[in-house]
Amino acid sequence: MSLTCGQSIQQGLLQAMMTDPRVHLLGEDLRDPYGGAFKMTKGLSTRFPERVHNTPISEATLAGLGIGMALRGLRPVVEIMFGDFITLIADQLINNAGKFAWMYNDQVSVPLVVRTPMGGRRGYGATHSQCLEKLYLGVPGLLVIAPSYLHDPGALLCQTILAGKGPVLFIEHKGDYGRRVAAPEAGMIGCWHLRRGGTFCPTLSLSATAFRDDQLTVVTYGGMVPVVLEALERLLLEEEVTAEIVIPSLLAPLDPQPLQASLKRTGRLLVAEEGTLTAGWGAEVVATLLSAGSGGGGAVPVARVAARDLPIGSAPTLENRILPGVADVVAAALALTRN
Amino acid sequence: MSEQELPRLYEQMVLIRGFERMLEDLFRRNLLFGTTHSCAGQEAAAVGLMAALAPGDLVTGHHRSHGHYLARTDDVTGLLAEIMGRQGGVVGGRGGSQHLCGGGFISNGIQGSMVPVATGMALAEKIAGSGRIVVCCIGDGTLGQGVVYESLNIAALWSLPLLIVVENNQYAMSSPVARTVAGSMTARAQAFGVEAAEITSNDVVQLLTQARDVVAQVRQACRPFFWVIHTYRQAGHSKSDDCCYRTRAEETRWGLQDPLLLAGSQLDPPLKETIDQRCARRLQESLAAAQGMPMAEAL
Repeated sequence: MSLTCGQSIQQGLLQAMMTDPRVHLLGEDLRDPYGGAFKMTKGLSTRFPERVHNTPISEATLAGLGIGMALRGLRPVVEIMFGDFITLIADQLINNAGKFAWMYNDQVSVPLVVRTPMGGRRGYGATHSQCLEKLYLGVPGLLVIAPSYLHDPGALLCQTILAGKGPVLFIEHKGDYGRRVAAPEAGMIGCWHLRRGGTFCPTLSLSATAFRDDQLTVVTYGGMVPVVLEALERLLLEEEVTAEIVIPSLLAPLDPQPLQASLKRTGRLLVAEEGTLTAGWGAEVVATLLSAGSGGGGAVPVARVAARDLPIGSAPTLENRILPGVADVVAAALALTRN
Repeated sequence: MSEQELPRLYEQMVLIRGFERMLEDLFRRNLLFGTTHSCAGQEAAAVGLMAALAPGDLVTGHHRSHGHYLARTDDVTGLLAEIMGRQGGVVGGRGGSQHLCGGGFISNGIQGSMVPVATGMALAEKIAGSGRIVVCCIGDGTLGQGVVYESLNIAALWSLPLLIVVENNQYAMSSPVARTVAGSMTARAQAFGVEAAEITSNDVVQLLTQARDVVAQVRQACRPFFWVIHTYRQAGHSKSDDCCYRTRAEETRWGLQDPLLLAGSQLDPPLKETIDQRCARRLQESLAAAQGMPMAEAL
């Protein structure tokens, strides 16, 4: 049995700390016996008592601490307990971390990783359920990485920490923590053929027809992947609609190449994300693909699935209506293919 | 002991004052772009503080940090070239006046944002056991920023070698300190268990003497310290500020406490004259050198 995504993250942090003594963890309630709000650092302070730092509830300063440590040669990994709280670190990431290397003429680097869990469907309400990573897309100098359960999240995290390319905003999804990492067997994940592009942050592509006969391209990432897969398996079985699914793990800056290649094959584009619709990641994906002139230019039918532009309601009935679900992806794909 | 250093300290202050005056002149002649925040009037704080540091110590600055940078690095040409957008500037013309990095000095233009960064640098030095301290320069206006107190809290909890120096120059842009800072500045730090001291002075020797005590304490005890220097911003906030919010009488009163005046009057006139001329010559040479450099182009 494979690890859950949460266990994978725990292993990734452990591996990074064992490999590089410069790796320090900072965050709220990380140390044992608590081990972090989602237990991602459980055991690490017992093993590395000098390198796991519990902080007060001071997110802005927490991010700044990481920047200062990174400037002085360490490899800090900052945990922001809930992704919703990244609003509090905006100045540090945008005006300090992202700018320093370029603004100071490449005389410094900021190998900082800020990791945080996003995502809803757990009834936590408006301030503990969001996917806010879109706020940090297009910040010069800042990488935004978001693995899905099809990537190995812990391996990607470990690699990201050790590569020291930072600053990186590393987006995890609460819903994935208990989900098992899907390991490909003989190039397949279930009924899906798998292709892997890129080395540092892989983009995965899935196709039930071995990339030969798909009617649309669905671009998605992170915690939205299981929703999309369930929808597309239903479409395949019930409607005979076939799709390629393209899943980048590097959200920004976007590598359009695997997306363009897929769109060229299918000619239809659906982008699905859990964050709110307006000015979302999907808007950037669509603009990038259409302006690159790939896949037939303006004639490409396009649809987007995303959360409604509302705060996330607390009642499950409200949350389900506000967040994009399987039925939304099915409906959008059907509308595109019958177009 | 500090008295014997007066000529050198005076020379640094003259250089900084001359630098700020030269920028004003270049602006008037349309040879500069953007804006500038002059530290004229506050030279003694910068020079006294930097003279107390060890070579490896680290300093963070802010928008009004020409004096800090020059007192720390003596890099007149690099700073001028930077402000003039030249490739040979401190950071190749990418940063400009408020965004400097070199010689163990780093500044950024958002009020208070460097305080957490300085705290993290101090943590790294403590972890490394380097014996270095980190000096975080801020102003009275920045005391309005929340991250200052988050950082004070953490620096105290973790016993970090961090010296926060508040230059109270009496104004946050146009707002007098009485309208922006409630209560006592030092008591704010003391509430976190951080030792604090304050001094009202533009006397560079006096400031250096106290700076040496403070710096030694931070280094030896590996504890944060909060040092407030009450001084006066002679210029406006930035080049477009005509100081309509304060009286000429107030400016004249503080003018009697001009740091260059205080130090210069203690020097033999011929020595003072020699220093003044040497600084003027250096500034002209740096200007010629910077003007000869190509503008920044590389992305």
